[in-house]
Parts: sequence; structure tokens; C-alpha cells
Amino acid sequence: MSGHEHSHGAPEAAVVDAGSSSVRLIATLAMFGALAGGILAFTYQKTLPPIRKFAGERVEVAVREVLGSPAKLDTLFLVGDKLSKTPPPGADPLEAVKVFIGFDASGAPIGVAVEEKAPGFSSDVVLMVGFNPQTSALTGFKVLAQTETPGLGDKIIKDSSFARQFPGKLVTPLKGDKSATSDPSTVQTITGATITSKAVIKVINKAVETWKPRLDAYAKEGGK
Amino acid sequence: MISNLAWIFFSTLLINNFTLAMFLGLCPFFGVTRSVDTGWRLGAANTFVLVITSISAWALNTYVLVSAPYLRTIAFIVVIASMVQIVEMVIKKTLPTLFRELGIYLPLITTNCAILGLALFQTTRKYTLLEGIVFAIGAGLGLTLALSLMASIRERMDVADVPALARRMGLVMIIASCLSMAFMGFAGMGSG
Amino acid sequence: MTAIHVDAAPDATEPIVPGAPPPQPLWLDFWRGIAEDNPVMIQMLGLCPSMAVSNSLENGIGMSAAVIFVLVCSSLLVSLLRKVIPGEVRLASYILIIATFVTISDLVMQAYFPALSKTLGPFVPLIVVNCIILGRAEAFAGKVKPVRAVADAFGMGVGFTLALCTIAAFREVVGNGTLLNHPLFGPNYEPWNFMIMPPGGFLTMGLMFLVMGWWGERQKSKRAEVTP
Repeated sequence: MSGHEHSHGAPEAAVVDAGSSSVRLIATLAMFGALAGGILAFTYQKTLPPIRKFAGERVEVAVREVLGSPAKLDTLFLVGDKLSKTPPPGADPLEAVKVFIGFDASGAPIGVAVEEKAPGFSSDVVLMVGFNPQTSALTGFKVLAQTETPGLGDKIIKDSSFARQFPGKLVTPLKGDKSATSDPSTVQTITGATITSKAVIKVINKAVETWKPRLDAYAKEGGK
Repeated sequence: MISNLAWIFFSTLLINNFTLAMFLGLCPFFGVTRSVDTGWRLGAANTFVLVITSISAWALNTYVLVSAPYLRTIAFIVVIASMVQIVEMVIKKTLPTLFRELGIYLPLITTNCAILGLALFQTTRKYTLLEGIVFAIGAGLGLTLALSLMASIRERMDVADVPALARRMGLVMIIASCLSMAFMGFAGMGSG
Repeated sequence: MTAIHVDAAPDATEPIVPGAPPPQPLWLDFWRGIAEDNPVMIQMLGLCPSMAVSNSLENGIGMSAAVIFVLVCSSLLVSLLRKVIPGEVRLASYILIIATFVTISDLVMQAYFPALSKTLGPFVPLIVVNCIILGRAEAFAGKVKPVRAVADAFGMGVGFTLALCTIAAFREVVGNGTLLNHPLFGPNYEPWNFMIMPPGGFLTMGLMFLVMGWWGERQKSKRAEVTP
């Protein structure tokens, strides 16, 4: 009899144990989750300033390079389809779509710099493009991201004679040619990297095409 | 718009194939590519999970993670795993035939790096919902393609006389290298 | 909470956990990960990062540092908490622990090594799904004392580093003619660019496995010569 009682008691204890342990499972996981969240929030707060500083610097270095070291930089944000001095409400100024306007020491505008991308040989080629919106003349470009073929496509970065052709060229639109040329709106493509060179040209044309009307409209409305 | 989506699709499917160019999802690629049939089934299950992942990641990025981006990795892992579990239960109830075909692979796939990789790439490239789905389908079909190609080569390899020193992974890796090289030939198709 | 533990044996020796690794000297726990159980070369785990980020030694070193950090920290924590974590949710807890350390290393890298973090990109957060780390937590760290867990994690981390950095150094030297961005061969060397592209990763890995296969066959035939 007592043996029966015993064998009856054991499974019941197991059931009780399983019940309390399912609470324990959830409690343990919740505790871990909260702890992980807390630790990460702390690390994030500590690392955010240097991360943002670097992201801002990276863009500014590129802008200064393509505009030929301007004395002063202005930033305009794209709100809807118009340019504005303030970023769209709630948007992070670092992430917002924007254009940089460079001025020389006397306060005269040098040109504008915008970020634009287009498909290259293997993935998107992202450039910072600098141009003068009045004359459509280029001031330069800088590659921000690319994964083109090493040794061929990456000559758009490594071969300085390619990049050197661009300042002063007129985007009406810009064209590429395999042989050297003195045409004011044609550049010589890199041997063995025609597609990547053409991607650079495409990005530049796209940048001028999209941003020139916006800048013209902004100038017409009285913004400087 | 269409050309942008087409570029995302074909570049992910062929030029930047997840397995052969980005080295994502290598475990199933080397582990289970023994027969073509398994290969394409695993690929199909993967495509399915990738699409779910893409939608969940988009929803998380848009509605939840805006104020806490540092929880991204944890949130992706947890949400993807539970979404796959839920979808698995729904399929089991509503489409038992499909479940028998793909079901056994579903829990395995959750811990595949291709899945988390897709969510992370989609985030850094700031894809919209539609772009994300196209990206996921391209990635999934790309995995399917790589898996079935590898599987059909390995089926032949089983009856070939391979030197002993290459019998384990050596030869498989070199075949993967050749496949990867062949897929590099697709580069350049996006610019016209 | 911990009161639920039934087998709180008062003796000083390690309580017997099912499937626990047999006790052995600490240096063996460490050495195993480098040689006989090398995660990449023998267990073939973590192949994805060993090919994806091995196109330059700098990337390889950055990745290895992140992996060692995550591996050692999560193994230590898993081992310390092995009596608190209920068996049913241990995998979920392990993943949570690993993901936390991965995010920390990703944030620190973004803040203090921005250029490296940009080239490694999503492959740092992808350490979460690296089978080496979850594998060690499940097979080893969750069953032994913290000292052994750390020794094992460190060994595995160093083993991963050796494999990854060997591949990365080979690919960078052959494919780019440089080592840690220092030119090695002078201007007349035409770099074999193929090696730093994706197929070169598979090829290098394949060559490495072929060399190991050759070595294994040689050992086998040597042993066969001795035994008769």
C-alpha cells in the first residue's frame, strides 16, 4: 500500500517540477534578454560618438576632395522634391539625402557635391560627384564604394591618370571613348575596364541629370 | 524602377551569387549536396525562408529597430527563428504535401549564414520592402542553382576514379572554385 | 532559483555531467584546438569567414581578433552560468550570449577601426552563426569548469586564427604581391589577381586540403611499411 502511495507520488512531483521549470525557463530567458539589452545599450552609447564622427568625416573628406578644398561648405537636404536648409523632420542628418555646396575664400560658389550610384561590372559603384550646376562642368569625383575586379576595374581608384581627365569636362552628357580625345565632354576609358569606366560616366551623368534641375529650382526660388 | 529591380535580382542570382561569390550558406553547399533532388529541395526551402526573413527584417528595421539599432543582430536571430517556426506550423496544417517535401530542412536553415547574411545586407543597402523581396528571391534561386550544380557534379564524381589525397574536401573545393570562376563570367551584364 | 538543483554534490570534484569531456591536462585542452581538432582544417567549421575575408592578411587578423574575443568571452560566461541555465533553453541562451558579444565587438570595431569594419562589413555580425562558437558552447563550455572552457576556447580561437591567417597571407602575397600592404616583389611582379577574388578563396582552401590529404596518405603508407 505504502509502495503504491510512493509510486503515485513520484510522477506528481515530476509534474509540479515541470510546471515550475517552465516558469523558470521563461524567467531565465527574460533575464538574459534584459541583461543583454542593457549591456548593449551601454556599449552603443559609448561607441556612438566615434562612429558618427567617422561617418561624417568620411563624407566631408570626399566632398572637400572633389570640390578642390573649398573655404566654406553649405549643406542642403532633399525634402520631398525640394531642397531645404533643414533636414526632413525626424530624419537623421547623417542619413538624409543631401547636397553640399562649396564656396571659395571670397564667398563665390565653386560647385556642388552629391553622392550617386549605378551598376558597375560586378556591383554598384558609389561616387561622390562634384560639378558646377551653372556650367555643368565637373570639378572631380571620388569613389566611395566599389567591388570591381582587382587589377582592372579598381583602376578607377588606383590609376590617377583616369581620374585626372575629369575636372573641367562638360556633362552634356559625358561620354567615354577608347582612344585619347580632346573633346570637352569625352573621357578616355581604361583599357580592360571599359564597363567600369562607363559605370563611372553613368554615375556622373545620373548625378548631374537628377540634381541640376533641383539646384536650378532652388536658385530660382531665391536660395543661394 | 523595373531596371533597378532586375539589376538587384540578376546581380544576386548570378554575379554576386550568395554561395559562389559571397561564401554564404557553405554548410549545405558542402554538406548535403549529394543528390540533385536534395539539392533543389533544399534550395526551394531556402528561398522560402529567405523571403520570410526579408519581410521580417524589413518590418523590424522600419518599425522596431529605429530607436535601438544595437539590438539588430539579436532581434534578427530571434525573430527569424520564431517566424520560421510559425510558418512551419502553418504549412504543416494547411499544405501537408509541401511540408513533407521541404519540412525537414526548415529548422536546419534557420541557423544558416545565408539567412542572417541576407537580413544584414538588406539593412546596409537600405532596400525597400519590394527590393528586399526581389533580393531574397534572387538569393534563394542563386543558392538553388549553386546547390543543384554542385550536386550533379558530385553525383558524377562518386563513380569517378579520384586520387586518394583528393577524396575528401580537396577536389570539392577546387570544383567550387571552377564554378565560382564560371559565375564570374556573368559580371558586366548589369551595365548596358 | 538555484535551489531546484538536485545533484548539488558537496564534493570538491566536478559533478558528472552527461557527455562531459574526460578530464585532461589544461594544456591539452588548449592544444587540441590548434592541432588535432583544428576548427577549420579538421572539423571544417567556419569555412565561410575563412574564405570570405581572407583576401588580405589585415582582414584575416581583424576577423580572428573578433572571433577570439567572442569565443573566449562566451565560453567563459556559458561555463560560469552552466548551473543556472536550464537544459531546455540552453541553445537559446547560448545564442543570446554569443549575439551580445558579437554586437559589442562589431560596435567597438566600427568606432575604433572604421576602415577595417567597413571592409569586413556584415561578416562581423555573421560571427553569430559561426558554428565554431555555438559548437564549443554546446560541446565543451557548458559542461566544464571556467578554466578549462577558457583554455579550450582560446585554443580553438588560435587554431582558427592560424588557419585563417595562413590562407589570407598566401592569398595576399600571390594575389596582390603584398603582405600587410607592404609590396614584396618590386614593380615587375604581375599580381595573380584571381587569388584575391572569390574563386581564389575556394582554390586556396582546396589546395590546402589537397596538401593535408597528401600528408595523411603519406603517414598512412609509412605506418603500413613499419607494421609488416
